[in-house]
Amino acid sequence: MLGLAETEMVAALRKWPREVALDLFQAMARLRTFDERAVILQRQGRIGTYPTFYGEEAVQAASVKALQSRDWLFPTYRQTAVVTLRGCPALVPLLMWRGHPGGWHDVMDYRVAPVCVPVATNLPHAVGAAWGAKLRHEDLVALGYGGDGSTSAGDFHEACNLAAVVQAPVIFLITNNQWAISTPLSKQTRVRRVADKGAAYGIPAIRVDAFDVFACYQAVGEAAARGRAGEGPTLIEAIGYRLGPHGTADEPSLYRDLELDRLWDPMEPLRRTQAGLVRAGVAEEAELDQIRADAGAELRDIGDAIEAEPPVTVEEIAGTVHRETPWGLLPDGLREPSWRAGGGDQG
Amino acid sequence: MSELAQLNMVEAINQGLGQLLEEDSQALLMGEDIGANGGVFRATAGLQQRFGEDRVIDTPLSEAGFVGAAIGMCLVGLHPVVEIQFDAFVYPAFEQLISQAGRFRWRTRGKYGLPLVIRIPYGGGTRAPELHSDSPETLFSHMPGLRVVVPSDPLSAGEMLLAAAKYGDPVIFLEPKRMYRRGRQPVPAKFPDGDLDHALVRRPGDDLTLVAYGAMIEVVEGAADRLQDEGISARVLDLRCIYPLDRESLLNAAEETGRVLVVHEAARHCGVGAEVAALLQEEAADVLLAPTLRVTGMDMPFPLAQNEDDALPSVERVLAAAHTMLEY
Ligand SMILES: Cc1ncc(C[n+]2csc(CCOP(=O)(O)OP(=O)(O)O)c2C)c(N)n1
Ligand SMILES: [Mg+2]
Repeated sequence: MLGLAETEMVAALRKWPREVALDLFQAMARLRTFDERAVILQRQGRIGTYPTFYGEEAVQAASVKALQSRDWLFPTYRQTAVVTLRGCPALVPLLMWRGHPGGWHDVMDYRVAPVCVPVATNLPHAVGAAWGAKLRHEDLVALGYGGDGSTSAGDFHEACNLAAVVQAPVIFLITNNQWAISTPLSKQTRVRRVADKGAAYGIPAIRVDAFDVFACYQAVGEAAARGRAGEGPTLIEAIGYRLGPHGTADEPSLYRDLELDRLWDPMEPLRRTQAGLVRAGVAEEAELDQIRADAGAELRDIGDAIEAEPPVTVEEIAGTVHRETPWGLLPDGLREPSWRAGGGDQG
Repeated sequence: MSELAQLNMVEAINQGLGQLLEEDSQALLMGEDIGANGGVFRATAGLQQRFGEDRVIDTPLSEAGFVGAAIGMCLVGLHPVVEIQFDAFVYPAFEQLISQAGRFRWRTRGKYGLPLVIRIPYGGGTRAPELHSDSPETLFSHMPGLRVVVPSDPLSAGEMLLAAAKYGDPVIFLEPKRMYRRGRQPVPAKFPDGDLDHALVRRPGDDLTLVAYGAMIEVVEGAADRLQDEGISARVLDLRCIYPLDRESLLNAAEETGRVLVVHEAARHCGVGAEVAALLQEEAADVLLAPTLRVTGMDMPFPLAQNEDDALPSVERVLAAAHTMLEY
């Protein structure tokens, strides 16, 4: 089994200041609440298909907390809630899953790029942001998220190569959950360690337990320090397991032994971190329960809130595509022409 | 005649793929999650179990790689049928299709073709996330060397799939995913040979022709019903072939009904509607009783779920345009 033995985890926990430990725990609790709530909203038909990140709270929370608020994040469909850890209301990403244009968060406010759905397309953007900042002598790093599957896509390889050549201060945070929908790691790549791919590009790589929030925090922190010191990109392979389905429309029983899910579930990071914090004497059980309850309270009425969001008209959306809206997207252009009223109004 | 089963479109495609693998020992399927999982739409369900992992191949996540590899497979005598998981995920493979597959015959001075089929579930109306609802037919029909077809019902899906696999040049086979489970139709246990050349008159009519394809057939059928209530006889022409167009059926429609309205969910600018209108303008202007109108998607990214119905052509929009043309 991956990960630190219990005693090592307790020792590792004692290393971090209490505020850091609690901050990470709170971030994980907020992500968990978001995820649980989103799955319920999907079942209720209040949002559309949803890719749960159950089990990836540790690596995601650590990725945000180990960076500064000036650093850029480049998420995929699997990290739509990380923007909430930068202060964006959970309403926004939930509106995205509801298919409401209010789901596009403010990219500049949070320095979180728009979610990229086509796998690995976000990674070159992260390289460009990091490289651009370097050219402008700005002290910031960029972090692009990916999965084990993303490391098969051309954009991953081009991003790695480019980042290494220009020594961009970018972090490729690859969560190896060992599955890409139904495709197991063994059919995705012949390298045993995704981290080995870094060597092909001259990028140092770190392997870390994706279920260990402190280890992830340390890894991202080290990668960011390298970037800030002018040492270029880092590839992080966060090794975990996809504890749930790919998304709400997925049926894992078709392609994997569900017994494996049961064997892996004890690695689930929130409970594990809570137990570790208590055992290490960092916090009391009740205090941590309270953090979780507070995170839950934040989202108590979120289902009503997303439904109360006023609809946006398609004419308004059409006006958001270009700086100057071309005639074909103006309300008149959106309609079929009519010659009855001399062109234009169709009534 | 063998027995008929009631199949929906995705089941018909599944049957057609099975038939192809049985009849053609060089045929193989590849794509993401098409094996044990049977594809995210289950179009390949059960086929890996039946034909093995060398003929129903799960690929890594790399569309440019496996579409490019399919070209190489053709050179050594295989007949690959590639599944793209969703419409927009064909874009990483665009280079291979446009700069490579479409130019192969031309580069061999007409001598050799690539027996390659790219199956793409496409289109909106399923409340899916961003980039799961695109209609890319124009992109492929604008670029030379590719055939582009769209079935709209289970029977034509099966027949055209087999025809595409036997055709011998690359075929972009667009499957309107909204129709996958829409209706059932009697389908023979073995699909007869179809063709990639002909539009189908789905409903006869004399007063105007509604030209559509894919999921829009359902919309124009609805409009034709309503027009019928008003005493107007609308022909429904299912285009099926986007490149090349069935010129004769379109010219017949112009000649026989005098008005041709085109409906598609892809964006309007430089779309199939523009091409049909230009063809009619060039070759049938003298018989047209009204200019051709287009009812289409909008020139913007396909909206997220809450607004997709605003962007998709509706029966009402088709009716309004039809009336405009009838009153011209
Ligand atoms: C270019 C592209 N092809 C296919 C898909 C469909 N798809 C969505 S997620 C996914 C698997 C991704 O696996 P991985 O990179 O391991 O990330 P995970 O989902 O496990 O977080 C696939 C094939 C896509 N989004 N983009
Ligand atoms: Mg994965």
